[in-house]
Amino acid sequence: MQEYFNTLADFIDKQLQGNEIYLAELTAEQSDFIRFNKAQIRQPGSVEQRYLMIDLIDGQRHVSEQLALSGELNTDYERVTASIQQLRHQLPHVPADPYLLYATEINSTESIGTNNLLDAKDAVNEILTATGDFVGIYASGGIFTGFANSFGQRNWHSSYTFNFDWSLYHSKDKAVKSAYAGFEWNNAEFQSKITSSTNQLQILKQESRTIEPGKYRVYLSPAALFEIFQLLSWDSFGIKSHRTKDTALLQMLEGQNLHPSITITENIKDGTAPTFQTQGFIKPDQISLIKQGIYDKTLISPRSAKEYELDTNGAYDEEFPTSIDLAAGNFAADNILRELDTGIYINNLWYLNYSDRPACRMTGMTRFATFWVEKGEIVAPLNVMRWDETLYNILGANLIALTAEREFIMEADTYEVRSTNSARLPGALVKDFTFTL
Amino acid sequence: MHIKQRFQNIIPPVDFCSLRYITETSEKLSVRQKVVEPPLRTHDTGVMLTVIDKGGLGYAATSDLTETGLKKAMAKAQMWAEHSRNHMVIDLTKTNMSQAQGEYNSTVTEIWDSVSTNDKLDLLRQEAEQCKLNDKIVDWEVSLQAIQTEQIYLTNTGSEIQQNFQYIIPNIRVIANQGVETQRRTFGDFSNGQQGGLEMLDKLNFIGKGKVLATEALQLLAAPNCPNNRMDVMLAPDQMILQIHESIGHPLELDRILGDERNYAGTTFVSLDMFGNYQYGSELLNVTFDPTVTNQFASYNFDDEGLEAKKTYIIQNGILQTPLGGTISQTRANTAGVANSRASSWNRPPIDRMANLNVEPGTSSFENMLGSIERGILMRTNSSWSIDDSRNKFQFGCEWGQLIENGELTQVVKNPNYRGISATFWRNLSKVGDKNTVNVFGVPNCGKGEPNQIMRVGHASPTCVFADIDVFGGV
Repeated sequence: MQEYFNTLADFIDKQLQGNEIYLAELTAEQSDFIRFNKAQIRQPGSVEQRYLMIDLIDGQRHVSEQLALSGELNTDYERVTASIQQLRHQLPHVPADPYLLYATEINSTESIGTNNLLDAKDAVNEILTATGDFVGIYASGGIFTGFANSFGQRNWHSSYTFNFDWSLYHSKDKAVKSAYAGFEWNNAEFQSKITSSTNQLQILKQESRTIEPGKYRVYLSPAALFEIFQLLSWDSFGIKSHRTKDTALLQMLEGQNLHPSITITENIKDGTAPTFQTQGFIKPDQISLIKQGIYDKTLISPRSAKEYELDTNGAYDEEFPTSIDLAAGNFAADNILRELDTGIYINNLWYLNYSDRPACRMTGMTRFATFWVEKGEIVAPLNVMRWDETLYNILGANLIALTAEREFIMEADTYEVRSTNSARLPGALVKDFTFTL
Repeated sequence: MHIKQRFQNIIPPVDFCSLRYITETSEKLSVRQKVVEPPLRTHDTGVMLTVIDKGGLGYAATSDLTETGLKKAMAKAQMWAEHSRNHMVIDLTKTNMSQAQGEYNSTVTEIWDSVSTNDKLDLLRQEAEQCKLNDKIVDWEVSLQAIQTEQIYLTNTGSEIQQNFQYIIPNIRVIANQGVETQRRTFGDFSNGQQGGLEMLDKLNFIGKGKVLATEALQLLAAPNCPNNRMDVMLAPDQMILQIHESIGHPLELDRILGDERNYAGTTFVSLDMFGNYQYGSELLNVTFDPTVTNQFASYNFDDEGLEAKKTYIIQNGILQTPLGGTISQTRANTAGVANSRASSWNRPPIDRMANLNVEPGTSSFENMLGSIERGILMRTNSSWSIDDSRNKFQFGCEWGQLIENGELTQVVKNPNYRGISATFWRNLSKVGDKNTVNVFGVPNCGKGEPNQIMRVGHASPTCVFADIDVFGGV
């Protein structure tokens, strides 16, 4: 795939006329998707896709097109040629872009993944050995990202990953959500996860409890915190959202802080996403977003850098973190139930959104395995509850502690492409967490 | 060689196979503040080949449209069909796939390319200029996106369907700020998608909307928070679409009822035994699956498995009638359904989706509804949505709130939210607006499925009133 991309980039080089410059980004994957329901197969299939984003630039004018490629070079030469002709035709009709910024220093890089994946058919056979009512998806295969420009910069990132994301059901909405993701399938590890899920399911077979709305002491697992960070990631950490006052962290610009134990970093070095971006800039290893509870830096795309006269730190246009990292705390995960004492153990949250965005007040649901705990013992599964709380309470005034252990979460999203985003998060013990319905 | 001939050349000896070909082009133009954002074009093309054979099923998708490429993909689909045999959750031997033939074309009078890029940008610039009313307006953007989709569906059993769609999606977003308070007003935040061309901008009253939205954003900035109380809620169509989508559309999807979505989008409180007898809402509630509405976002003649689409009552006089399920789900559940097996593109398989799901108009005029409310609130334009995985406990927020006191609109309030439970909320439907209160919307970003898919759906609704709802405001 890398050779194919480089050959295509060389071809684009030869299509340019006059002072034209191009930027090109390839996002491609060869994926197997096997969907399960009731411990059987629902939809199995494979998808091979290649998309090339070409930005054709002449002076400060530029126009972009994303086009699907076939993988067959002669066909793709024709598609690319037609695309460039179309972009060239449109260029005179668009005004100069004052915020155009692209890398002109050559920083070629490559990160080449090794394919240690199990054949998808064999993975399916292993998964079908599991018993019980499970439902979910196994996604696996190569993910490829490339960048090229007319200055000769070439960047490449490939990885071969699998992600089996599933839920083991007892009945109705009572289930244990699990994930097994990585680079090389280990059957013992998989069976261990199945056993763990099966054991947790036993608790869900007990009679469920419904609580009254009110304030409760809760433990939010790393997976639950991940949902909160996914909501925050949209339009909260980017400079554009800060300068336009549209960030959900608006109060932090005016002196509001989180708990001093909260340190949030865009930790690119330890993530699984590419280290280069659409305009050819290389991301730093880490960007400190919130340091000891205080707003620190933002993600700055090249476009925002030009608009606000700052230096870019290699963010994508959307200024969305790809490798969020919340620093660990100091209480042992083994002590969660004891420290929780009486309250709610929340494994998963679901469908978060804002009740009052400028105040970073958010709402969501509990989902899957959520337990009522009394005197450090799990007493009963809890029926789903709606909560409504500000971030400044959850990770601020009401935060009791973060766990010393953290989980590395590989995002399972497959909207248009398989995600390469990840997160490293501890669990959080929080008091006076508000449930409303 | 035409794609049909290439498909004919590679058909293997299997019970059923299909080819779904899609080519989609789009262009997005936008002006943010005074700057033209770089135009973005897309050109996507590819096919999905599906095989059903001896009870197994498999698919393979590729953008290599050569006969060699199709043959390779077909072999992969066959491989999965063979491997899934005896392990399928569906008894495919009982499924009769459609053999329909036909076509569909969006109704368009002013095509996108009939107006030059310069002229379209001028239109956006003029609209953007109207948004900057004062320094409290800190950001604003006006955009237009046009999409053209050509879709061909072929099977080894004789089905041959060609459908051509043209969409237009206008949007405006204005942000007003003062200190730690920020308020947004949008032109539906991309929910004004329609089939058609530039002529739809007049029908949507797009021109001149920037100034109106900026004025309203400033009003919200100066407004008090929405009060916390139980009261009557009057929902404008641009909030009704969200209410329909989340608490009628998704719960009634047959694949959710059958459990397919339990790991991701969720399950549903609805079960098969409820159809035909369950009181979903008050007797004023009539909901149709209607792919026949000219210019509505998700109108079509056939779904992505070739099933012919017809207007169908989903809820009639408040009673649940028909689930939203396509050919395969109907067979699995042994029930009637609709033509809603749809895929986001060539690289995702069809699943049960909404298409156009509309609340039919009632008999109340806007003035009549307003006059009937002693103490309530009008909410417009969705801004926040959250609902549990069984589609029951919801909380929705709107951009705009205005109190109703003794039958009259009074104080504007910010951050209006309300919460409730689907199973009881629709029974509190007390007034349904007449046809003069109806607006038609299209939402381009409904997420569901594994692998994940983004889908275009349409919703039309009159203004409606719900009695005794839990309403609240911001911090």
